[in-house]
Formats: sequence, C-alpha cells, structure tokens
Amino acid sequence: MHQALTGNGLALRIGAFNVSVVSPIASVAEHILCLYPDFAVVEAGQFIDFHVGLTAPWSPRRYWHPQVNFSFDGHRPFKPLPYAQAAAFFEWGLNWCIASQSNQYLIIHAAVVEHNGQAFILPGSPGSGKSTLCAALVCRGWRLLSDEMALLSMADGLIYPAPRPVSLKNQSLDVIRAFSAEAVIGPIVNDTLKGTVGHLRPPAASVAASAYPAQAAQIIFPKYYVGSTTVLEPLSKARTLLELAEHCFNYSALGKLGFAALGDLCDVCACHQFQYSDLEEAIALFTRLATPSP
Amino acid sequence: MTLPLLTRVYSNPQAALGLALPDWSLLIRQARNANMLARLGYVLAAVAVPAPALVHIQSQLTFARRFSSSLQWEIDCIATALQPLGIPLVLLKGAAYHAAGNTAAQGRIFSDVDILVPEAELAQVELALIRAGWSSGPIDAYDQKYYRQWMHEIPPMQHIKRQTSIDVHHNILPKTCRFCPDAAKLLARAVPTPGGYWVLAPEDRVIHSAAHLFLGGEFNHGFRDLTDLDLLLKEFSAQPGFWEVLLSRAAELKQTLAVSLALRYTGKILHTPIPAAILEQANLALSPVRWWLFDALFLSALQPDHHSCRTAWSNCAEAALFMRSHWLKMPLHLLVPHLLRKSLKPLEVLWEAKE
Repeated sequence: MHQALTGNGLALRIGAFNVSVVSPIASVAEHILCLYPDFAVVEAGQFIDFHVGLTAPWSPRRYWHPQVNFSFDGHRPFKPLPYAQAAAFFEWGLNWCIASQSNQYLIIHAAVVEHNGQAFILPGSPGSGKSTLCAALVCRGWRLLSDEMALLSMADGLIYPAPRPVSLKNQSLDVIRAFSAEAVIGPIVNDTLKGTVGHLRPPAASVAASAYPAQAAQIIFPKYYVGSTTVLEPLSKARTLLELAEHCFNYSALGKLGFAALGDLCDVCACHQFQYSDLEEAIALFTRLATPSP
Repeated sequence: MTLPLLTRVYSNPQAALGLALPDWSLLIRQARNANMLARLGYVLAAVAVPAPALVHIQSQLTFARRFSSSLQWEIDCIATALQPLGIPLVLLKGAAYHAAGNTAAQGRIFSDVDILVPEAELAQVELALIRAGWSSGPIDAYDQKYYRQWMHEIPPMQHIKRQTSIDVHHNILPKTCRFCPDAAKLLARAVPTPGGYWVLAPEDRVIHSAAHLFLGGEFNHGFRDLTDLDLLLKEFSAQPGFWEVLLSRAAELKQTLAVSLALRYTGKILHTPIPAAILEQANLALSPVRWWLFDALFLSALQPDHHSCRTAWSNCAEAALFMRSHWLKMPLHLLVPHLLRKSLKPLEVLWEAKE
C-alpha cells in the first residue's frame, strides 16, 4: 500500500467512484490503513474517476509551520492546511471532488442510511447531530450509504451509495465510543476549523453492498438538543423541498432538472423534522419507521 | 513529439475508437483541466464512449446546458440595464458565440460576459450598470488609473446579487498596444443576432479571438481558445469569399500577425481545413527564422493544460510568450515603470500593514 501511495497512486473503489490517491504523508497512510481496510483496490486497466494528492508544499515555512496541499489532478482548489490535518483534508477534498464533478446526481448535503430496503435521508446543517445519529444507526446494523452526501440519481431517482468514514466532531467522538464498543475510530486530528475530528470506520457490510442503490423512503431533518425528548413532527412537502434545495451542492448547476428531481423525491418520501437527545430512543423510532406495518 | 491524446482526439474523433480504459481516464483528465470536457461531448457525439468516461462528459454537458440558460438570463439583464442609453448591446467572445448561435458556443463555459461600447459612451454605460447593481471590486488607485488610462476595458464589474462578472470594453486590445485597431471600424460592421443583440462581423469575431489568444500572454485556456478558432473558421468558411475577407479585414485592423498565427496553429495543431493559398499568404507574415521560433513556442504552449501534456520546454515557452505579450502590450517607457511598480507591490503591502 505504501508503495502505491508514494508511487503511481493507491486506487480505491468508493461506491461508484474509482479514486486514486498519491501521498507520501504518514498520517494519510495511517488513516487509509485504519479506515479503508474493507474497500477493494482497483485493478490496473480500469477507469479512474478522480486523481487526488496530498503533499507538503516546498517552501521555507515547512521548517516552522509545515502545511499540506490537496490537489485534484494537479489543481489546488483549496488553500493549504496545517500538516497535521492531512488525513481530514483528504476526506474534505474528496467530498469536494465528488460534489463538484457529478451532475449525474442531485447531491444533497445529508447522511443516508438504509434498513429493510428503505433509505433515510438525514439532511443537516453543521452541528445538527446528523453524523452522530448516522454513526449510531450504522453501529446498530443500518447500512451506511454516506454520512455527507445523498447521491440522488437523475436517471432513476434512486440513492447511490458512496460509503466512506463517518466524520465525527468534538463530543460526538466520546458519544460514539461510549455507544458502541465495536466502533473503530481512526486517528484524531485536533484544532481543525471544525474542532477535533475523527472518523468512524464504515461497516464492512455497507462497503460490500456499495454497488446497490436504495429507494428513498424518509426525509428527516434531525436536530440534537441537550435534554430534549424524542419528537418526530411531520413537515410539509413544500417546506421539505425548499429546505432540501438549501442543502444541495449542485442544485443551481442542474437548474430545472434539479427542481423536478427534488419534487419527485419529496413525493415518494415521508417528510419529518426530528428532535432528539437519546440515541437509543432515536434508533428505536427509526427502526419502527423502517418496519413495514403488519 | 507525439501529440497529447486530447489534441489527437479533437482533430480526429475516430482516434478514440479502441482506446483502453486508462487512456479514456487520461482523455477525461486532459479535457477537464483544459475546460474542454463539455466540448469533448460534442466532438465525440458519434463515437461510442465507454460508460465510466461518458458519465463525466454528460455531467459537464448537463452543467453546460444550464450555463447556457444562465448566460441568456445574464445577457437579458445587461440589455435591460443599458436599454435607456439607446446604444446597441455588442457582445464579444463567448457571449457573442452564444447569442449568434455559433458552434463555438458548444460546451464553452466561462466566467465573464464581455461587451464592446464606443469609448465616448463608457461613462454612461458604467453608470447604468452601477444603477442596475454592478460594481467594481476593491481596486487600488494605481490599477484604477492603469485600466482607465491604458487598457481597452474598464475594471471588471460584478453584480452584487448574482456575483456575475462583466467586462466592459471600448476596444479589443489595449490602447498602448502597437496592434490596437480602430474600434469604430469594429462597431461599424457589427451584425444583429436573432435575439435582438449585436455581435462583431464573422471575420471580426475570428480576428478578436486570434488577437486575444496570440497577442495575450495567458495559455491556461490556450487549447480551448484554439478550438474556438477552429470552430469559427470551419463555420464561417462556408460563406463564399470568407478567407479573402478575413485576410483583408485583418490588414485593415492591424491584425495580420494575429490572424496569420491563428491560421498556422489551428492548421498545424487541429488540422483545421484552410485553403493552401490562404495558408501560404499567412506564412508570408513572418520570416522563416521567426516562424521557427514561434513554432517552438506556440506548438508547446497551445497544448491542453494538464501535466501529462507538458514537457521540460513548456514552462520556458509560456514564460517567453508571457514576456512577449507585455512587450506587445506596451512601449518600453510604460512597461518598465509598470513592471517595477508591480514587483514592488508586496513591499508596499508590507509597509501599509506596518503603519
């Protein structure tokens, strides 16, 4: 693996995407080794969707304030970050590649999990607790499609998986560690813009099933409040559509098609907003929602 | 030297048949970095593209279609803003290709709308745009003066709500450039579009594109701009007498050099069909020694902007052409103080920060 990472690139199959990573940085290798063990390595002779790299820029700064650059096929869409954040930068940079280059999907900033063939879309602003809820659900056997973006196919209206490590921030790290003894959390990165960040290894079963799309059944806007009871309230379809449009990465790039796709999605889904503080109660409720009534 | 894959496929789409998947990866990467991905979709319309590559092309084609409708909206907004002035709205470059329905609009994605107005109307146009919500970004006094005194355009303006950019030109080259044409001659031959706007005459559209690429010094979109020329030439050459009009008009507008370079390099790099007699005439513009030098520079600088298309020579060629563009843009007595001023800029910023 190290040879590939420092040479021609380590090519991983991530959902529908073949991603080649080049980086001589040890923390990136450690991150991939810890969190991507279940992902297939793309064989030679295949198509590669994204070539990304993480390297330290050559400047005198490297001696007192080392930095890391993210490159997408030679271009650098972002300013460099502190060297210690290289692994998190890999995840954020790859999110950007997918979100900016994949108009075959309407891409909603949301976690997506699936149970009994029903995909739940959990859009959320930062701090809403969507990733924590998503991590807790996948720790209890729900399938992870993504913790960051719902890929709604413009061709068939299904949600396509791109399971990757679930990004957990600050207190969420301890919450998930306490919630599941089996949870594998990778190397911790401190002092990022989002605070302390760690990633949960995606379940092997979710990675193995990443070729199979799912039908969306529920759109739920989660909101974590300290001490809140578990409250699920219906949200009108019109309101849901407008809120979802705000959470899309490429809504304006798709224009009318995006509006139509969101309309169709809201038509087939139950739409709710959801307040919670107790993960066990939340999971019990979600499981009931995903269980067909007798 | 073997040509980059994108260059070969652009001029001969059949070359894509039988490519292996890693070659398709490379083709998509070159096209993406050269801002040619959507245009590649048009080039490969009749070729079976393997699914994983097709996804990327179609993704960008989707965006290009949306871009085209946003562009139309933007042009309409500009027209509304300028309507009280009662002057024709003359669009340039990408916006013009779009309004005129030229094939060069296919898959062309860009950030600024360029318009051409008579220099005497400049102040009025700027005021009308400000009233409608456009404003110049933060720009220091030196740059402000530099634009107003020497350039062929005023500082770029951005719409405060839509964040879209407009470049208002009163000519196609800086006033200080030795090849600066008489803008009145360009405006005099402008032609209306079906949508009620105006664009430069076909030969002038080619001339402007050629002047921009071959007298300017930036090549990060060089390959895309060369394909613009290829598409314009192919489309307009269907008009009888086009080539002769192009050459005589180029002479009239002091653009013989730019057009000669455009004809030579679209022909050499993209195999644009150009009559032999016209090419011969274009080749008379320079001595064989200068052609040898320009070949060495342009054949390298006009390749797609992807690391797989670069050679050890690429950086030198681009640096040399960048210096040449400054040399063409300004006489030495203006250029030297300007470059000095620009090179001292970081120190000035430091000094201001200290105070």
